[in-house]
Amino acid sequence: MHRTGELYGQFETLEQQKESAQLGMWVFLVTEVLFFGGLFLTYAVNRHLYFTAFGIAGNMLDLRYGATNTVVLIASSFTMAMSVWAAQTSRKKLLPFCLILTLLLGGVFLGIKYVEYKQKFDHHLIPGHSFDLTYHVNHPQPGDDAKELAAEREEIDNAARHEDPSQPENGLIALNAHAQLYFSLYFGMTGLHALHMVVGAGLLIWVIRESLKGRFSAAYNTPIEIVGLYWHFVDVVWIYLFALLYLINRHAV
Amino acid sequence: MSERVVSPKIYIVILLALLLGTYATVQAALRDFGRWNIVIALAIASIKAILVILYFMHARYSPKRTQLVIVCAAFWLIILLALTATDYAKRSSDQSRLTPANSLYRS
Repeated sequence: MHRTGELYGQFETLEQQKESAQLGMWVFLVTEVLFFGGLFLTYAVNRHLYFTAFGIAGNMLDLRYGATNTVVLIASSFTMAMSVWAAQTSRKKLLPFCLILTLLLGGVFLGIKYVEYKQKFDHHLIPGHSFDLTYHVNHPQPGDDAKELAAEREEIDNAARHEDPSQPENGLIALNAHAQLYFSLYFGMTGLHALHMVVGAGLLIWVIRESLKGRFSAAYNTPIEIVGLYWHFVDVVWIYLFALLYLINRHAV
Repeated sequence: MSERVVSPKIYIVILLALLLGTYATVQAALRDFGRWNIVIALAIASIKAILVILYFMHARYSPKRTQLVIVCAAFWLIILLALTATDYAKRSSDQSRLTPANSLYRS
């Protein structure tokens, strides 16, 4: 990305220079599509192989957190799009305002993600030594929905009994193993997505500082557009993560 | 410069469409449509993604060669997913209940 608004030697016009920067960003985003695509594929294959376990594990995510975060991220994409418009029309006060709003919404997203991860930690749903699918139903906390927990317990019991009617505890061991696979993918995919958000926040801080110096205008706004492309891409990834991790397992058991 | 400036009106319409899509997909997920649940969820997600790419990311107003790069990304992703699916579609589904309980898992 060129750092100033003037024409570099290898380009004929400023327009060509800007289009080249955009094309370069899109080529990078193609590599990102295939990077996340591999993870989506891993998830799809394992969901196919361990359908029941993934259904039970997927039901343990809180739809409210996921839906709220989707709305927050869509709103931040909108404020980012407005930033591009503000830059293109030389609105030098509106631009930093829209960018700061985008950064704040990104922060809200990561804050909610923190609360959600913490809850999974409390419910012993972190893959590893202490992982226990039945921990939450056996240790209800104040404020939990008793009906929901009873349904969860029934789901787990049914699946375990289906495996081995005489020794359901063996079925539970298999379920726990495969549910860990779900949560490994959940933390891996949402964690990588959150890492992209952190990188995006860093880029936003950079363009906010530059925009406060009044560097961007109708004549030069390439960095705003490029950061915008990145931010919207991260939004697109989340739209699919929300559908795959939170939504499609609700009735899968 | 001759670049296209997308008006905030379009951005607001897209924002509302995305919020509506989110509401619809959550409502659909809470109802039992059997095997159609996954189809509905992925269809709505794809519509939302296409709206973001076309309007927020300006793909609709981009030069042809940029659009070609975007189409290539979708094409390669579909090859990756579809060819793998042809393999796994032939294997038995749901090993959750078939796998022998292995004491190694107990840790």
